[in-house]
Amino acid sequence: MQKAFTKEEYNKYVETKSPKSKILRNIIRAFVVGGLICVIGQLISNLLAARGFSKEFTSSLTSLILIFVGALFTGLNVYDELGRYAGAGSIVPITGFANSIVSPAMEFKSEGYVTGVGAKMFVIAGPVIVYGTSASVIAGILYYLLRF
Amino acid sequence: MQGTLSMYLSAFIVGGVICAIGQILIDKTKLTTARILVLFVTAGAILTAIGVYQKIVDIGGAGATVPLTGFGYTLAKGAFRDVDQYGLLGAFTGGLKAAAAGITAAIFFGYLISVAFAPKAKR
Repeated sequence: MQKAFTKEEYNKYVETKSPKSKILRNIIRAFVVGGLICVIGQLISNLLAARGFSKEFTSSLTSLILIFVGALFTGLNVYDELGRYAGAGSIVPITGFANSIVSPAMEFKSEGYVTGVGAKMFVIAGPVIVYGTSASVIAGILYYLLRF
Repeated sequence: MQGTLSMYLSAFIVGGVICAIGQILIDKTKLTTARILVLFVTAGAILTAIGVYQKIVDIGGAGATVPLTGFGYTLAKGAFRDVDQYGLLGAFTGGLKAAAAGITAAIFFGYLISVAFAPKAKR
């Protein structure tokens, strides 16, 4: 009978089998793709700012455009292909947040528009909003207490 | 082309580094996508609270605001602004108010596109 791996042993086994160069390659890909998405964001933001929009409006509209593009490319099945290549380079930017909403929602459409699409949209986005909002409340309270 | 070359270069480098950190976490710790994103948004809010993230935004521009850490930055900065204006209540109103466009866009466009497009068959 084959000896069953414990989780730790398995992780060590995987570590020895996955070549270092592959990790470096992944990091470079994430860096380049993530960096390029940010450059696109910078370009959109500069174009909007040049039209005389306020800083706040510009930053909101830039996020909105990037989210739309990320969602659309997920719908067209392009974004998940990019994700296979870029890893965190496509996950970490705000376009990846849109992808994390559309991807499971499309996949679970067969379960209906309420418990399928409506619920699965938040499989990843839900926790992000929960932790992000809670962190901002705590930060706000600390700021209030320490301000004076 | 708007803006200077150095502006785009710093957006590329700062954004690239933040994504590379995410990739290192994925490869080294086997964290799932959901955990990475939660970690980044929370880290963004904490780094904003201690005054570090504003400096990164000043250097990197969109390189700092486009990654999900920038979402945490927007939330925390909004909370501070509303605390200045309304006191303690602001801690509860400011975050989501500042992020309203992003969250609403994500929900609305996310829903529309999920309904409009069909998923590709799994390979």
